[in-house]
Amino acid sequence: GQWARAAARQELSQSDLLDMDAYGNVTLVHITDLHAQLMPVFFREPSINLGVGDAYGKPPHVTGKDFLDLYNIQPGSAQAYALTSEDYVNLAKSYGKMGGMDRIATVVNSIRSSRADNMLLLDGGDTWQGSYTSNMTHGADMVEVMNALKPDAMTGHWEFTYGVDRVTEIVDELPFPFLGSNIYDAEWNEPAFEGYKIFERGGVKVGVIGQAFPYTPIANPRWMFPNWSFGIREEDIARNIEAARADGAELIVLLSHNGFDVDRALAKRVDGIDVILCGHTHDALPEPLLVNKTLLVATGSHGKFVSRLDLDVQKGDVKGFKYRLVPIFSDVIEQDAEMTALVEKVRAPYSEELARELGTTDSLLYRRGNFNGTFDDLICQALIEERDADIALSPGFRWGTSVLPGEAITVEDLHNACAMTYPSAYRSEMTGKTIHDILEDVADNLFNADPYYQQGGDMVRVGGMGYTIDPTKTIGNRITDMTLLESGEKINPESTYVVAGWASVSEDVEGPAIWDVVEDHLQKNPVVALEPNRSVKVISS
Amino acid sequence: MATKPRVKVPKKAAAGDVITIKTLISHAMESGQRKGKDGNLIPRKIINKFTAEFNGATVFSADIEPGVAANPFIEFNVKVMESGTFDFKWLDDDGSEYTSSKEIAVE
Amino acid sequence: AALTGLSTSGIAFADEAATQAAIDAFAAGAEVGEGRISLTAPEIAENGNTVPISVDVESEMTEADHVAAVMILASGNPNPGVITFNFTPMNGVAAATTRIRLAKTQDVIAVAKMSDGSVFMDKKLVKVTIGGCGG
Ligand SMILES: [Mn+2]
Ligand SMILES: [Mn+2]
Repeated sequence: GQWARAAARQELSQSDLLDMDAYGNVTLVHITDLHAQLMPVFFREPSINLGVGDAYGKPPHVTGKDFLDLYNIQPGSAQAYALTSEDYVNLAKSYGKMGGMDRIATVVNSIRSSRADNMLLLDGGDTWQGSYTSNMTHGADMVEVMNALKPDAMTGHWEFTYGVDRVTEIVDELPFPFLGSNIYDAEWNEPAFEGYKIFERGGVKVGVIGQAFPYTPIANPRWMFPNWSFGIREEDIARNIEAARADGAELIVLLSHNGFDVDRALAKRVDGIDVILCGHTHDALPEPLLVNKTLLVATGSHGKFVSRLDLDVQKGDVKGFKYRLVPIFSDVIEQDAEMTALVEKVRAPYSEELARELGTTDSLLYRRGNFNGTFDDLICQALIEERDADIALSPGFRWGTSVLPGEAITVEDLHNACAMTYPSAYRSEMTGKTIHDILEDVADNLFNADPYYQQGGDMVRVGGMGYTIDPTKTIGNRITDMTLLESGEKINPESTYVVAGWASVSEDVEGPAIWDVVEDHLQKNPVVALEPNRSVKVISS
Repeated sequence: MATKPRVKVPKKAAAGDVITIKTLISHAMESGQRKGKDGNLIPRKIINKFTAEFNGATVFSADIEPGVAANPFIEFNVKVMESGTFDFKWLDDDGSEYTSSKEIAVE
Repeated sequence: AALTGLSTSGIAFADEAATQAAIDAFAAGAEVGEGRISLTAPEIAENGNTVPISVDVESEMTEADHVAAVMILASGNPNPGVITFNFTPMNGVAAATTRIRLAKTQDVIAVAKMSDGSVFMDKKLVKVTIGGCGG
């Protein structure tokens, strides 16, 4: 795209980012995985994102310099900053934060102003969770702000962690459909949500099928929404494609929260999907990937990007397309005044608490990547020290924003890394064998060669211990050399260790909220300085 | 837990329609493979047979083992040609029989 | 992290021989073919205590030619036998759904016997996971 050529912030303009000659008769605008980020953020893309099986070495499993080479991106450019972890801190200082709902509103409104009758705005989910204010309001802040943006449909994942009552309450009031072709009533085995909806845009009937995160009841606490069963259910997608076509749909769009590798496999296995708008795995790709006849669009996360896909649809066929991954550079894109006011309004009751400083960091704090990020290292350190544990486990979530070196860590920053409805920090005894079983189980959910058996999270983060992993092996055989860092001792399968962790999916977990654990730790250690984490060794056979 | 069957059958259908029938019965389905607190095996007690009759003729049945989940759910189809009554029957290991009936009007 | 405590220690699991013996007894000497029957099950179980599975067999379901029965086996459970659906031509289509128990990751097997005695099989790997670290 045009904006790639601008070498520095001062050379970027809003029209570089936005201007695109309209093409065809349908414009899809996609946002996904906002994780409740109303304000511009720093979010460092992964430096390690390994692909296995068919996905080995293919986007989005390309990072750093390889990514720049693959897409012919200039190192140090705006695009390099937005899409990779290369030279992140320097570029972050130069290009500034990304995202912000008021900038997103400017982009959406600008497209809408010229393409109102052709445009569909689709939200891929993970929208209502991930910030202090969303947690305090049980998603109400995001619902109000998103309603103002006027999406045409959404699907979900973390939304469900507000529990069945809250989700039902919100969904019943939404001015647009919450689609979930793969959500069933767990008792009577009947569809629990609308599966698809037909929209008419630019004279074209567009069938939008919603696909919620298939493994929500496994990756998140099932007890919070026991009425609902999920799963990939590709036969239901096929059935809904047929039904939508029978209703006259000429273009089939899957609004998906499957994760990219699952969508790539799905595109090969299920015929008739023209476009998959991908979510969940937080990948941002500068161009769509074509799999058979299906276009896969990856729009990133945390409000960093908005995708615009213009399609020429004739007699039920996509004749051509034009695509723009619009990066939301917050210093370049104007604020939409109405949205700025609305965001301010929903944040106002919490503004003092959000800004409260808990400490400062000398190191870049980030999470995203297959293995430990520094924000997780901080959380693990806090767990070990505050909960007097040998080992800490912290979940491999793909959400959570970054904090630049030299900056204060605020309540807002901390909650961006851990705001959720099941934050209890447990402390329990586990044998070495149990710890090994957990690591193997999570590794298989990330590195199973068949993407349908993957869950899309990253590897569980560890503190106080290290291990070696071979992602190419099978379950039970990937993790070796589990070692206690302090003593250098091997972890014994028969011995018992005190393990502290958080975000357990079990019901009735006892312990303080994780943000209180980290805050207590920061009170005693107000300056964070983290050595690069070398406790996980990745090998390949 | 009271053993109470619940059944979903459409109230009406056209002759020749293939209708879907869903049945649920609350039952612990004690497998006989679990140990109790005293370390002894808890005796098996499951629903071992399900039968569906339509106007007196068996249309579908299932032989059930402990591998079926608690609160057995069974869904199947029937092609209906005439109005009539479905009789459903669940047989417990202890000899108890649980029943439910549903009418359907076929045009 | 992951803490749902799925303990399977102390349970003897069915071996392949027991599963094969159950298939042989059901097939009654017929060769076990592929196709015609399809088993639908989740790739990963949400809860090993209640896993939805469906079977669907291609058949006209006439008096002369119909599906007589479909047997479901869980090859990694203490006993492989789970349920046998007995069909009649009055079913119109040979399809059924139930919810089963899976003690661990394993193949679920569905075997259909036609009215002419021919036998067809499908299977699907269902993973039973500890879960809880994704997102
Ligand atoms: Mn997400
Ligand atoms: Mn997600």
